[in-house]
Amino acid sequence: MSDLVADLLAGKHSALARVITKIENRSPGYREIISDLHQHTGTADVIGVTGSPGAGKSTLVDKVAATYREQGLTVGVIAIDPSSPFSGGAVLGDRIRMASNAGDMDMFFRSMSARGSLGGLSTATTDAVTALDAFGKDKIIVETVGAGQNEVDIVRTADTVAVLVPPGSGDDVQMLKAGILEIGDVFVVNKADLDGADRTVQQLREMLQGQSGRPNSGHHGATELAGGSDDAATDDADAVDDETEMWDPPIVETVANRGEGIEDFLNTLADHGAYLDRTGRREGQARERFAAEIRTLLREDANELLVDELDRRGGIEQYVDAVIERHTDPYTVVDEVLAPLRECLDEPPDES
Amino acid sequence: MSVEQEQTERTIRCLVAKVGLDGHDRGAHVIARALRDAGFEVIYSGLHRAPDEVVQAAVQEDVDVVGISILSGAHNTLVPKILDGLREYDAFDDRLILVGGIVPDDDQEELRGQGVDEIFGPGASMEEMIDYIHENAPER
Repeated sequence: MSDLVADLLAGKHSALARVITKIENRSPGYREIISDLHQHTGTADVIGVTGSPGAGKSTLVDKVAATYREQGLTVGVIAIDPSSPFSGGAVLGDRIRMASNAGDMDMFFRSMSARGSLGGLSTATTDAVTALDAFGKDKIIVETVGAGQNEVDIVRTADTVAVLVPPGSGDDVQMLKAGILEIGDVFVVNKADLDGADRTVQQLREMLQGQSGRPNSGHHGATELAGGSDDAATDDADAVDDETEMWDPPIVETVANRGEGIEDFLNTLADHGAYLDRTGRREGQARERFAAEIRTLLREDANELLVDELDRRGGIEQYVDAVIERHTDPYTVVDEVLAPLRECLDEPPDES
Repeated sequence: MSVEQEQTERTIRCLVAKVGLDGHDRGAHVIARALRDAGFEVIYSGLHRAPDEVVQAAVQEDVDVVGISILSGAHNTLVPKILDGLREYDAFDDRLILVGGIVPDDDQEELRGQGVDEIFGPGASMEEMIDYIHENAPER
Protein backbone atom coordinates (compact mmCIF):
# COMPACT_ATOMS: atom_id res chain seq x y z
CA MET A 1 0.00 0.00 0.00
CA SER A 2 1.42 3.36 -0.96
CA ASP A 3 1.95 6.26 1.44
CA LEU A 4 -0.74 8.19 -0.34
CA VAL A 5 -3.33 5.48 0.28
CA ALA A 6 -2.25 5.21 3.92
CA ASP A 7 -2.53 8.98 4.34
CA LEU A 8 -5.96 9.01 2.74
CA LEU A 9 -7.22 6.22 4.98
CA ALA A 10 -5.76 8.10 7.96
CA GLY A 11 -7.98 11.02 7.06
CA LYS A 12 -5.48 13.42 5.57
CA HIS A 13 -7.32 15.92 3.38
CA SER A 14 -4.45 16.73 1.07
CA ALA A 15 -3.96 13.01 0.35
CA LEU A 16 -7.59 12.64 -0.65
CA ALA A 17 -7.26 15.68 -2.92
CA ARG A 18 -4.10 14.28 -4.49
CA VAL A 19 -5.68 10.88 -5.11
CA ILE A 20 -8.53 12.54 -6.98
CA THR A 21 -5.97 14.50 -9.02
CA LYS A 22 -4.26 11.25 -9.97
CA ILE A 23 -7.61 9.78 -10.94
CA GLU A 24 -8.38 12.79 -13.11
CA ASN A 25 -5.00 12.72 -14.81
CA ARG A 26 -4.89 8.93 -15.05
CA SER A 27 -1.43 9.29 -13.58
CA PRO A 28 0.76 6.21 -13.44
CA GLY A 29 -0.23 4.17 -10.41
CA TYR A 30 -3.78 5.39 -10.08
CA ARG A 31 -5.13 1.91 -10.76
CA GLU A 32 -3.25 0.43 -7.83
CA ILE A 33 -4.60 3.20 -5.63
CA ILE A 34 -8.19 2.45 -6.57
CA SER A 35 -7.58 -1.26 -6.09
CA ASP A 36 -6.21 -0.62 -2.60
CA LEU A 37 -9.10 1.65 -1.72
CA HIS A 38 -11.87 -0.60 -2.97
CA GLN A 39 -11.98 -2.84 0.09
CA HIS A 40 -12.54 0.21 2.31
CA THR A 41 -15.64 1.33 0.47
CA GLY A 42 -19.32 0.53 0.64
CA THR A 43 -20.42 2.65 3.55
CA ALA A 44 -21.31 5.92 1.86
CA ASP A 45 -24.69 6.95 0.59
CA VAL A 46 -24.28 8.36 -2.92
CA ILE A 47 -26.70 10.98 -4.23
CA GLY A 48 -26.68 12.25 -7.81
CA VAL A 49 -28.01 15.72 -8.59
CA THR A 50 -28.60 16.75 -12.16
CA GLY A 51 -30.55 19.35 -14.09
CA SER A 52 -30.20 22.06 -16.69
CA PRO A 53 -27.71 24.93 -16.23
CA GLY A 54 -29.11 27.52 -13.85
CA ALA A 55 -31.60 25.14 -12.27
CA GLY A 56 -29.97 25.75 -8.90
CA LYS A 57 -28.06 22.50 -8.45
CA SER A 58 -25.06 23.99 -6.69
CA THR A 59 -27.18 26.09 -4.37
CA LEU A 60 -29.33 23.11 -3.45
CA VAL A 61 -26.29 20.90 -2.92
CA ASP A 62 -24.78 23.58 -0.68
CA LYS A 63 -27.86 23.70 1.53
CA VAL A 64 -28.24 19.92 1.60
CA ALA A 65 -24.58 19.51 2.55
CA ALA A 66 -24.92 22.13 5.28
CA THR A 67 -27.93 20.30 6.74
CA TYR A 68 -26.08 16.98 6.74
CA ARG A 69 -23.16 18.66 8.48
CA GLU A 70 -25.53 19.98 11.16
CA GLN A 71 -26.59 16.38 11.71
CA GLY A 72 -22.97 15.52 12.30
CA LEU A 73 -22.48 13.67 9.03
CA THR A 74 -19.44 14.16 6.82
CA VAL A 75 -20.04 15.11 3.22
CA GLY A 76 -18.13 14.87 -0.05
CA VAL A 77 -19.25 16.68 -3.17
CA ILE A 78 -18.03 16.17 -6.73
CA ALA A 79 -19.19 18.92 -9.07
CA ILE A 80 -18.65 18.34 -12.77
CA ASP A 81 -18.48 21.25 -15.19
CA PRO A 82 -17.94 21.24 -18.92
CA SER A 83 -14.53 22.17 -20.30
CA SER A 84 -13.73 23.88 -23.57
CA PRO A 85 -13.20 21.38 -26.38
CA PHE A 86 -10.86 23.92 -28.00
CA SER A 87 -8.38 25.00 -25.36
CA GLY A 88 -9.11 22.27 -22.83
CA GLY A 89 -9.45 25.01 -20.24
CA ALA A 90 -12.39 25.48 -17.94
CA VAL A 91 -13.70 27.81 -15.32
CA LEU A 92 -15.18 25.67 -12.60
CA GLY A 93 -17.63 27.91 -10.85
CA ASP A 94 -19.72 25.62 -8.67
CA ARG A 95 -17.57 26.37 -5.69
CA ILE A 96 -18.87 29.93 -5.54
CA ARG A 97 -22.23 28.59 -4.38
CA MET A 98 -20.78 26.61 -1.52
CA ALA A 99 -21.11 29.54 0.87
CA SER A 100 -22.84 27.63 3.68
CA ASN A 101 -19.89 25.31 4.14
CA ALA A 102 -17.03 27.73 3.75
CA GLY A 103 -13.97 26.85 5.74
CA ASP A 104 -15.44 23.51 6.91
CA MET A 105 -12.84 20.89 6.09
CA ASP A 106 -15.17 17.96 6.74
CA MET A 107 -17.20 19.15 3.84
CA PHE A 108 -14.98 18.06 0.96
CA PHE A 109 -15.88 19.81 -2.26
CA ARG A 110 -14.12 18.99 -5.48
CA SER A 111 -14.67 20.48 -8.93
CA MET A 112 -13.97 18.22 -11.89
CA SER A 113 -13.99 19.22 -15.51
CA ALA A 114 -15.27 17.04 -18.29
CA ARG A 115 -11.90 16.61 -19.99
CA GLY A 116 -12.86 15.33 -23.37
CA SER A 117 -9.46 14.06 -24.42
CA LEU A 118 -8.96 11.65 -21.57
CA GLY A 119 -12.35 10.09 -22.07
CA GLY A 120 -14.18 7.98 -19.59
CA LEU A 121 -15.44 10.76 -17.38
CA SER A 122 -17.88 8.36 -15.82
CA THR A 123 -14.96 6.11 -14.88
CA ALA A 124 -13.16 9.04 -13.29
CA THR A 125 -16.29 9.97 -11.37
CA THR A 126 -16.79 6.43 -10.15
CA ASP A 127 -13.17 6.33 -8.99
CA ALA A 128 -13.47 9.70 -7.24
CA VAL A 129 -16.56 8.40 -5.43
CA THR A 130 -14.50 5.37 -4.41
CA ALA A 131 -11.85 7.69 -2.95
CA LEU A 132 -14.41 9.72 -0.99
CA ASP A 133 -16.11 6.55 0.23
CA ALA A 134 -12.83 5.06 1.41
CA PHE A 135 -12.00 8.32 3.13
CA GLY A 136 -15.10 7.69 5.23
CA LYS A 137 -17.58 10.26 3.96
CA ASP A 138 -21.14 9.47 5.07
CA LYS A 139 -22.83 11.24 2.19
CA ILE A 140 -21.41 11.74 -1.28
CA ILE A 141 -23.13 14.07 -3.73
CA VAL A 142 -22.31 14.02 -7.44
CA GLU A 143 -23.50 17.12 -9.21
CA THR A 144 -23.56 17.46 -12.98
CA VAL A 145 -25.31 19.27 -15.79
CA GLY A 146 -27.90 16.93 -17.24
CA ALA A 147 -27.39 17.25 -20.95
CA GLY A 148 -26.47 13.94 -22.48
CA GLN A 149 -25.53 10.32 -22.22
CA ASN A 150 -22.28 11.11 -20.48
CA GLU A 151 -24.10 12.86 -17.67
CA VAL A 152 -26.66 10.11 -17.40
CA ASP A 153 -23.81 7.61 -16.97
CA ILE A 154 -22.23 9.74 -14.29
CA VAL A 155 -25.43 10.04 -12.36
CA ARG A 156 -25.81 6.26 -12.45
CA THR A 157 -22.95 6.04 -9.97
CA ALA A 158 -25.51 7.25 -7.43
CA ASP A 159 -27.91 5.27 -5.25
CA THR A 160 -30.49 8.01 -5.49
CA VAL A 161 -30.80 10.46 -8.37
CA ALA A 162 -32.45 13.85 -7.96
CA VAL A 163 -33.40 15.75 -11.10
CA LEU A 164 -33.86 19.51 -10.79
CA VAL A 165 -36.40 21.21 -12.97
CA PRO A 166 -36.65 25.00 -12.89
CA PRO A 167 -40.12 26.50 -13.31
CA GLY A 168 -41.13 27.47 -16.80
CA SER A 169 -38.57 25.17 -18.36
CA GLY A 170 -40.65 24.77 -21.45
CA ASP A 171 -43.59 22.63 -22.39
CA ASP A 172 -44.06 18.89 -22.08
CA VAL A 173 -42.12 18.19 -25.23
CA GLN A 174 -39.02 19.94 -23.94
CA MET A 175 -39.02 17.76 -20.87
CA LEU A 176 -39.45 14.63 -22.92
CA LYS A 177 -36.54 15.68 -25.07
CA ALA A 178 -34.29 16.06 -22.10
CA GLY A 179 -34.76 12.34 -21.58
CA ILE A 180 -33.87 12.50 -17.93
CA LEU A 181 -37.33 11.69 -16.63
CA GLU A 182 -36.36 8.03 -16.65
CA ILE A 183 -33.34 8.39 -14.40
CA GLY A 184 -34.89 10.53 -11.66
CA ASP A 185 -35.80 8.93 -8.34
CA VAL A 186 -36.79 12.30 -6.96
CA PHE A 187 -37.81 15.40 -8.88
CA VAL A 188 -37.17 18.83 -7.49
CA VAL A 189 -38.89 21.93 -8.76
CA ASN A 190 -36.46 24.51 -7.49
CA LYS A 191 -37.16 28.25 -7.39
CA ALA A 192 -40.68 27.25 -6.47
CA ASP A 193 -41.46 30.86 -5.56
CA LEU A 194 -41.31 31.87 -9.21
CA ASP A 195 -44.31 32.19 -11.48
CA GLY A 196 -45.13 29.02 -13.30
CA ALA A 197 -43.82 26.68 -10.60
CA ASP A 198 -47.26 25.17 -10.01
CA ARG A 199 -47.68 24.56 -13.69
CA THR A 200 -44.29 22.89 -13.92
CA VAL A 201 -45.13 20.63 -10.98
CA GLN A 202 -48.43 19.77 -12.63
CA GLN A 203 -46.79 18.97 -15.97
CA LEU A 204 -44.10 16.89 -14.33
CA ARG A 205 -46.70 14.91 -12.44
CA GLU A 206 -48.64 14.17 -15.59
CA MET A 207 -45.54 13.08 -17.45
CA LEU A 208 -44.35 10.84 -14.66
CA GLN A 209 -47.73 9.18 -14.40
CA GLY A 210 -47.75 8.59 -18.12
CA GLN A 211 -44.55 6.58 -17.97
CA SER A 212 -44.65 2.87 -18.53
CA GLY A 213 -42.84 0.53 -16.20
CA ARG A 214 -43.69 2.65 -13.23
CA PRO A 215 -47.17 1.62 -12.20
CA ASN A 216 -48.65 3.54 -9.35
CA SER A 217 -48.33 1.59 -6.17
CA GLY A 218 -51.09 3.29 -4.24
CA HIS A 219 -51.10 0.48 -1.75
CA HIS A 220 -47.63 1.42 -0.65
CA GLY A 221 -48.22 5.12 -0.38
CA ALA A 222 -48.76 4.97 3.35
CA THR A 223 -45.71 2.87 4.18
CA GLU A 224 -43.47 5.08 2.12
CA LEU A 225 -44.66 8.18 3.93
CA ALA A 226 -43.93 6.50 7.24
CA GLY A 227 -40.23 6.58 6.37
CA GLY A 228 -37.45 4.35 7.55
CA SER A 229 -38.11 4.39 11.28
CA ASP A 230 -40.42 1.37 11.31
CA ASP A 231 -38.52 -0.64 8.75
CA ALA A 232 -38.75 -3.88 10.64
CA ALA A 233 -42.51 -3.74 10.95
CA THR A 234 -42.86 -2.93 7.29
CA ASP A 235 -40.64 -5.80 6.35
CA ASP A 236 -42.81 -8.31 8.13
CA ALA A 237 -46.11 -7.02 6.89
CA ASP A 238 -45.10 -6.62 3.27
CA ALA A 239 -42.56 -9.37 2.97
CA VAL A 240 -44.31 -10.90 0.00
CA ASP A 241 -44.83 -7.67 -1.87
CA ASP A 242 -41.43 -6.17 -1.28
CA GLU A 243 -39.69 -7.38 -4.37
CA THR A 244 -42.37 -6.09 -6.67
CA GLU A 245 -42.81 -2.78 -4.90
CA MET A 246 -42.32 0.07 -7.31
CA TRP A 247 -40.97 3.48 -6.51
CA ASP A 248 -43.18 6.35 -7.48
CA PRO A 249 -40.85 9.34 -7.98
CA PRO A 250 -42.09 12.15 -5.76
CA ILE A 251 -41.92 15.82 -6.70
CA VAL A 252 -40.48 18.19 -4.12
CA GLU A 253 -40.69 21.96 -4.27
CA THR A 254 -37.75 23.97 -2.96
CA VAL A 255 -36.44 27.50 -2.84
CA ALA A 256 -32.82 26.53 -2.36
CA ASN A 257 -31.30 29.97 -1.89
CA ARG A 258 -33.63 30.60 1.07
CA GLY A 259 -33.32 27.04 2.34
CA GLU A 260 -37.04 26.30 1.90
CA GLY A 261 -38.07 22.73 1.24
CA ILE A 262 -34.65 21.31 2.10
CA GLU A 263 -36.08 19.23 4.95
CA ASP A 264 -38.72 17.84 2.60
CA PHE A 265 -36.06 16.99 0.08
CA LEU A 266 -33.86 15.25 2.65
CA ASN A 267 -36.82 13.26 3.96
CA THR A 268 -37.59 12.16 0.42
CA LEU A 269 -33.99 11.08 -0.09
CA ALA A 270 -34.18 9.12 3.15
CA ASP A 271 -37.47 7.52 2.01
CA HIS A 272 -35.84 6.41 -1.18
CA GLY A 273 -32.88 5.03 0.75
CA ALA A 274 -35.26 3.05 2.94
CA TYR A 275 -37.07 1.81 -0.15
CA LEU A 276 -33.79 0.61 -1.65
CA ASP A 277 -32.94 -1.28 1.52
CA ARG A 278 -36.45 -2.68 1.94
CA THR A 279 -36.67 -4.09 -1.56
CA GLY A 280 -33.07 -5.20 -1.84
CA ARG A 281 -32.61 -2.85 -4.77
CA ARG A 282 -29.59 -1.20 -3.25
CA GLU A 283 -27.68 -4.42 -3.69
CA GLY A 284 -29.14 -4.86 -7.15
CA GLN A 285 -28.00 -1.39 -8.15
CA ALA A 286 -24.54 -2.02 -6.78
CA ARG A 287 -24.31 -5.24 -8.81
CA GLU A 288 -25.37 -3.43 -11.97
CA ARG A 289 -22.91 -0.66 -11.27
CA PHE A 290 -19.96 -2.97 -10.78
CA ALA A 291 -20.94 -4.95 -13.87
CA ALA A 292 -21.02 -1.72 -15.87
CA GLU A 293 -17.69 -0.67 -14.43
CA ILE A 294 -16.05 -3.96 -15.34
CA ARG A 295 -17.44 -3.74 -18.85
CA THR A 296 -16.25 -0.17 -19.29
CA LEU A 297 -12.75 -0.96 -18.06
CA LEU A 298 -12.57 -4.04 -20.28
CA ARG A 299 -13.60 -1.97 -23.26
CA GLU A 300 -11.13 0.82 -22.51
CA ASP A 301 -8.22 -1.51 -21.86
CA ALA A 302 -8.93 -3.72 -24.84
CA ASN A 303 -9.15 -0.59 -26.91
CA GLU A 304 -5.70 0.50 -25.78
CA LEU A 305 -4.25 -2.92 -26.56
CA LEU A 306 -5.67 -2.64 -30.04
CA VAL A 307 -4.23 0.82 -30.53
CA ASP A 308 -0.81 -0.61 -29.74
CA GLU A 309 -1.43 -3.53 -32.08
CA LEU A 310 -2.35 -1.14 -34.86
CA ASP A 311 0.88 0.76 -34.29
CA ARG A 312 2.86 -2.47 -34.50
CA ARG A 313 1.22 -3.18 -37.82
CA GLY A 314 2.42 0.15 -39.14
CA GLY A 315 -0.35 2.45 -38.09
CA ILE A 316 -3.87 3.01 -39.23
CA GLU A 317 -2.92 5.19 -42.22
CA GLN A 318 -1.87 2.34 -44.49
CA TYR A 319 -5.20 0.63 -43.88
CA VAL A 320 -7.01 3.88 -44.65
CA ASP A 321 -5.01 4.19 -47.88
CA ALA A 322 -5.96 0.68 -48.89
CA VAL A 323 -9.61 1.33 -48.13
CA ILE A 324 -9.57 4.54 -50.17
CA GLU A 325 -7.96 2.70 -53.10
CA ARG A 326 -10.76 0.16 -52.82
CA HIS A 327 -8.25 -2.64 -52.29
CA THR A 328 -10.05 -3.59 -49.14
CA ASP A 329 -12.86 -2.39 -46.89
CA PRO A 330 -13.17 -1.46 -43.22
CA TYR A 331 -14.80 -4.75 -42.18
CA THR A 332 -12.06 -6.83 -43.77
CA VAL A 333 -9.41 -4.67 -42.10
CA VAL A 334 -11.01 -5.22 -38.71
CA ASP A 335 -11.29 -8.96 -39.29
CA GLU A 336 -7.63 -9.07 -40.24
CA VAL A 337 -6.43 -7.10 -37.22
CA LEU A 338 -8.58 -9.07 -34.81
CA ALA A 339 -7.86 -12.50 -36.28
CA PRO A 340 -4.98 -13.39 -33.91
CA LEU A 341 -6.97 -12.21 -30.91
CA ARG A 342 -10.00 -14.18 -31.96
CA GLU A 343 -7.86 -17.32 -32.36
CA CYS A 344 -6.39 -16.91 -28.88
CA LEU A 345 -9.77 -16.56 -27.27
CA ASP A 346 -11.66 -19.19 -29.24
CA GLU A 347 -9.15 -22.00 -28.94
CA PRO A 348 -8.79 -23.75 -25.63
CA PRO A 349 -5.28 -23.39 -24.17
CA ASP A 350 -2.79 -25.99 -25.40
CA GLU A 351 -2.73 -29.15 -23.35
CA SER A 352 0.81 -30.11 -24.27
CA MET B 1 -2.57 3.94 -21.54
CA SER B 2 -0.99 4.79 -24.84
CA VAL B 3 2.38 6.48 -24.95
CA GLU B 4 0.89 9.48 -26.63
CA GLN B 5 -1.47 10.17 -23.78
CA GLU B 6 1.21 9.89 -21.15
CA GLN B 7 3.33 12.45 -22.91
CA THR B 8 0.67 15.11 -23.20
CA GLU B 9 1.14 17.77 -20.59
CA ARG B 10 -1.09 17.35 -17.61
CA THR B 11 -3.76 19.95 -17.02
CA ILE B 12 -2.67 22.70 -14.66
CA ARG B 13 -5.28 23.72 -12.10
CA CYS B 14 -5.40 27.25 -10.76
CA LEU B 15 -7.38 28.80 -7.95
CA VAL B 16 -8.25 32.45 -8.46
CA ALA B 17 -9.22 33.79 -5.06
CA LYS B 18 -10.60 37.08 -3.87
CA VAL B 19 -9.94 37.44 -0.18
CA GLY B 20 -11.16 39.89 2.43
CA LEU B 21 -13.51 42.82 2.03
CA ASP B 22 -12.15 43.86 -1.33
CA GLY B 23 -14.99 43.89 -3.85
CA HIS B 24 -13.05 44.59 -7.03
CA ASP B 25 -13.29 41.41 -9.03
CA ARG B 26 -13.05 42.65 -12.60
CA GLY B 27 -9.35 41.87 -12.70
CA ALA B 28 -9.88 38.42 -11.20
CA HIS B 29 -12.51 37.67 -13.84
CA VAL B 30 -10.23 38.76 -16.66
CA ILE B 31 -7.42 36.62 -15.28
CA ALA B 32 -9.70 33.61 -14.79
CA ARG B 33 -10.77 33.84 -18.40
CA ALA B 34 -7.22 34.29 -19.71
CA LEU B 35 -6.04 31.25 -17.75
CA ARG B 36 -8.95 29.22 -19.07
CA ASP B 37 -8.10 30.20 -22.62
CA ALA B 38 -4.50 29.17 -21.96
CA GLY B 39 -5.85 25.67 -21.29
CA PHE B 40 -5.80 25.73 -17.49
CA GLU B 41 -8.60 24.62 -15.27
CA VAL B 42 -9.62 27.57 -13.19
CA ILE B 43 -11.52 27.46 -9.93
CA TYR B 44 -12.89 30.86 -9.05
CA SER B 45 -13.60 31.42 -5.38
CA GLY B 46 -16.13 34.23 -5.61
CA LEU B 47 -15.89 37.47 -3.65
CA HIS B 48 -15.19 38.19 0.03
CA ARG B 49 -13.54 34.91 0.98
CA ALA B 50 -11.94 34.40 4.35
CA PRO B 51 -8.38 33.05 4.39
CA ASP B 52 -9.51 29.65 5.68
CA GLU B 53 -11.97 29.37 2.80
CA VAL B 54 -9.14 29.97 0.36
CA VAL B 55 -7.09 27.31 2.15
CA GLN B 56 -10.03 24.88 2.02
CA ALA B 57 -10.42 25.45 -1.70
CA ALA B 58 -6.70 25.17 -2.42
CA VAL B 59 -6.37 21.90 -0.48
CA GLN B 60 -9.54 20.19 -1.71
CA GLU B 61 -9.17 21.19 -5.32
CA ASP B 62 -5.48 20.23 -5.21
CA VAL B 63 -4.59 23.19 -7.38
CA ASP B 64 -1.10 23.72 -8.75
CA VAL B 65 -1.38 27.47 -8.51
CA VAL B 66 -3.00 29.58 -5.80
CA GLY B 67 -3.65 33.06 -7.22
CA ILE B 68 -4.66 35.59 -4.62
CA SER B 69 -6.10 38.87 -5.83
CA ILE B 70 -6.02 41.71 -3.30
CA LEU B 71 -6.61 45.33 -4.15
CA SER B 72 -7.56 46.50 -0.68
CA GLY B 73 -4.06 46.82 0.76
CA ALA B 74 -4.72 44.16 3.38
CA HIS B 75 -2.19 41.73 1.90
CA ASN B 76 0.10 41.83 4.93
CA THR B 77 -2.71 40.51 7.11
CA LEU B 78 -4.46 38.09 4.78
CA VAL B 79 -1.71 36.44 2.77
CA PRO B 80 0.26 35.10 5.77
CA LYS B 81 -2.95 33.54 7.11
CA ILE B 82 -3.43 31.69 3.85
CA LEU B 83 0.21 30.56 3.81
CA ASP B 84 -0.06 29.28 7.39
CA GLY B 85 -3.26 27.41 6.55
CA LEU B 86 -1.66 25.74 3.54
CA ARG B 87 1.30 24.65 5.68
CA GLU B 88 -1.08 23.31 8.32
CA TYR B 89 -2.73 21.01 5.76
CA ASP B 90 0.58 20.02 4.19
CA ALA B 91 -0.38 21.75 0.99
CA PHE B 92 2.25 24.46 0.73
CA ASP B 93 5.37 22.86 -0.72
CA ASP B 94 4.22 21.74 -4.12
CA ARG B 95 2.08 24.75 -4.86
CA LEU B 96 2.84 27.98 -6.65
CA ILE B 97 1.59 30.96 -4.66
CA LEU B 98 0.94 34.10 -6.68
CA VAL B 99 -0.35 37.45 -5.50
CA GLY B 100 -1.96 39.97 -7.80
CA GLY B 101 -2.81 43.52 -6.93
CA ILE B 102 -1.26 46.68 -5.64
CA VAL B 103 1.58 45.69 -3.33
CA PRO B 104 4.24 48.29 -2.37
CA ASP B 105 7.86 47.28 -2.94
CA ASP B 106 8.69 46.95 0.75
CA ASP B 107 5.75 44.63 1.29
CA GLN B 108 6.70 42.57 -1.75
CA GLU B 109 10.00 41.60 -0.17
CA GLU B 110 8.28 40.57 3.01
CA LEU B 111 5.63 38.51 1.25
CA ARG B 112 8.29 36.72 -0.78
CA GLY B 113 10.15 36.00 2.42
CA GLN B 114 7.03 34.38 3.81
CA GLY B 115 6.62 32.06 0.86
CA VAL B 116 4.89 33.92 -1.96
CA ASP B 117 6.50 32.87 -5.23
CA GLU B 118 5.66 35.84 -7.40
CA ILE B 119 3.73 39.11 -7.31
CA PHE B 120 2.07 40.62 -10.34
CA GLY B 121 1.25 44.30 -10.03
CA PRO B 122 -0.47 46.80 -12.30
CA GLY B 123 0.85 46.62 -15.85
CA ALA B 124 1.81 42.96 -15.72
CA SER B 125 0.75 41.21 -18.91
CA MET B 126 -1.24 38.02 -19.22
CA GLU B 127 1.51 36.41 -21.31
CA GLU B 128 4.02 37.14 -18.59
CA MET B 129 1.85 35.43 -16.00
CA ILE B 130 0.91 32.44 -18.16
CA ASP B 131 4.55 31.91 -19.15
CA TYR B 132 5.59 32.14 -15.52
CA ILE B 133 3.05 29.48 -14.56
CA HIS B 134 4.12 27.17 -17.38
CA GLU B 135 7.76 27.48 -16.37
CA ASN B 136 7.29 27.23 -12.63
CA ALA B 137 4.31 24.96 -12.13
CA PRO B 138 5.39 22.36 -9.58
CA GLU B 139 6.45 18.90 -10.71
CA ARG B 140 4.20 16.31 -9.19
